[in-house]
Amino acid sequence: MKPLNEVIAACPPSGIRRFFDIAAEMDDVISLGVGEPDFVTPWRIREAGIYALEHGYTTYTSNAGLPALRMLICSDLQQRYSAEYEWDTECLITTGVSEGLDLALRVLLNPGDEVIVPEPCYVAYEPCVAFAGGTTVRVPTRWEDRFTVDVDVVAAAITPRTKAILIGSPANPTGAVQPRETLQALARLAEKHDLYLISDEIYDRLTYNGSHTCLGAIPEARDRTIVLGGFSKAQAMTGWRVGWICAPQAIAELCVRVHQYTMLCAPHVSQLAAVEALTSAETDVSEMVADYDRRRRVFVKGLREIGLECPEPDGAFYAFPSIRSSGLDSETFAERLLKEQGVAVVPGNVFGPSGEGHVRCSYATALPQLETAVDRMAAFLQNL
Amino acid sequence: MREILELLERDSSLSHDTIATMLGLPVEEVSARIAEWEASGVIRRYKAVVNWEAVDDAIAREKVVAFIDVSVAPARGVGFDDVALRISRFDEVTSVHLVSGGHDLRCTVVGRDIRAVSDFVSQRLSTIDRVMSTATHFVLKTHKRDGDVFAEPEPDHRLRVTP
Repeated sequence: MKPLNEVIAACPPSGIRRFFDIAAEMDDVISLGVGEPDFVTPWRIREAGIYALEHGYTTYTSNAGLPALRMLICSDLQQRYSAEYEWDTECLITTGVSEGLDLALRVLLNPGDEVIVPEPCYVAYEPCVAFAGGTTVRVPTRWEDRFTVDVDVVAAAITPRTKAILIGSPANPTGAVQPRETLQALARLAEKHDLYLISDEIYDRLTYNGSHTCLGAIPEARDRTIVLGGFSKAQAMTGWRVGWICAPQAIAELCVRVHQYTMLCAPHVSQLAAVEALTSAETDVSEMVADYDRRRRVFVKGLREIGLECPEPDGAFYAFPSIRSSGLDSETFAERLLKEQGVAVVPGNVFGPSGEGHVRCSYATALPQLETAVDRMAAFLQNL
Repeated sequence: MREILELLERDSSLSHDTIATMLGLPVEEVSARIAEWEASGVIRRYKAVVNWEAVDDAIAREKVVAFIDVSVAPARGVGFDDVALRISRFDEVTSVHLVSGGHDLRCTVVGRDIRAVSDFVSQRLSTIDRVMSTATHFVLKTHKRDGDVFAEPEPDHRLRVTP
C-alpha cells in the first residue's frame, strides 16, 4: 500500500504513553502523573449541563460559539486582565485549548515556517507545529532560572523563517509563571522581528504568587497574539472539551474558517455549562485554587525534605523537582519509582531536553495520597 | 486566620505542622491561635462525622433521629432562651435552634428506637413549662449531614497518566 502521511508517521508517540501502560497494569498506584484536576466539575456547572440536556440543547451552535459565552469570556478577560477583545469578531469557542492550538498553528504557518518554543513544554506543541507544516525550534529554559524564558536565547534562535513564538504560562510541566517583564520583552522582540505570538493560558487562574499576565493585554503584543484559554483546569471541566481563542479579527476569522469545516462547533451542552461556569462558579474556582495552593506547599516542602531540589512552582498544579541527586536519568527514575514503590510520575525529558534530570509530579491529588507518595519516594531514594 | 478554622472545620485531624505549611505560617503561630480558640470556646471540640447507617453492626446502627418543632410561650425578659436552655441540657437533644416560621424551636433528638424518642417527647419535652405544642418528624434516611454527602463516593475516573 502507499505510504501514509509522512509527517504524522514520523511523529513519535507521546513518551507519556509508556508510563500509562505500566501504571495501568499495577495495583496500589498513587498517581502523580495526571494532567487534570482531581476535583469533578463543580455541581452547579454539572447541573447546568443536565438542565441543558433535559431541555434539548443538543443541536449545533453557530460556528464561533454561543454569543452569551463569547461575551462572558471577553468581559472576564477585560475585568481580570484588562485585555480587550470584541466578542463577535475576535473570539471563538473551541473544543478545548487542544483544538485552539491546532487552529492557531494552521492559520499562522506556511510550509517550512519556524516556531520558537521554549522547553520543557506541553507535549502537544511540537507535534501540532509539525502537523501544521511548520518546524519547531526549541529553546531551552533552565531550572536555575525557575524555567523563565531568557529573551536573549529566544532572540538568538530567530531566523528569516521564524513565524511565531509559542509559550505556555503558567506552564505544564514546570509550574513556571513567566513574569510580566519577560512577556513584555518577548512582545517587543516579536514586534521588532514581525513575529506572531501564541499564548497558551489554560492555567491562567492557577497562580499562587502574584497574578497572571494575559499576553493579549500587553499593548505591543495585542495585534500579533493569539490567546488560548479554556475551562478544563480552573473549572475542572477537562472532559467537556470547551475552550476559546481570542485573537485580532483577521486571525480569528481564519480560525473560524478552519473550525467551521473541521469541528463545526464546540458541543452545545458544554458551551452552556461554560456559561454557568463564568456566571456563578467563581466561589468554586477560588476554593479549588486555594486547595491546590495548600497542597502545593505541603508537597513541595515534602519533596525538599526528602532531598529533592524543587524550584518553587508558581502556577498550574505541577512540581518539577530535580532528581539529579539520585544519579538516575528521568526515564529510569520514573520507571523504577513506579515499579518499586507504585508512584507514577512523568519523566521530565518527554517535555523537552531541558526537562532531563526532572520529573513532573501533579499535586492535583488528595493530600493524604500526596503525603504517602512523598514517603514512598523517600523510601525509593533510600534504597537506591 | 479564618482559613485555619475553615481547614479544621473540614478536617480536624490536620496537624498544626501541616496547617502551617498549607498556609505558609510559622507553626508556633498556628498552635498559639488554635490554643487561644480552644481556651475561648471558639473551637468547641474535635469530632468525626459518622454515617451510622453505613456501620456494619446492627446494634451500633440502631439509632433513631427526629426533628422536633416546639412552640413555646415566650416570657418577659427571657423570650425563649430559658426554655431553649432547659431543652438543650438533655443528652438526647443534639441541637436546638430558634427558628422563624410556624414553630419557635427546632430540636434534634436522638434515641435508641422510636419508642425512646416518643417517650422523651411526650414525657420530658412536652411537659416543660410554657411548651405549648410539639411536632415530631422522624428521620427516615440521611443523605447529607455537616457538609458530607452519604452516597457512595464515585471512583476516580481519571486515567492514571495523562499529559
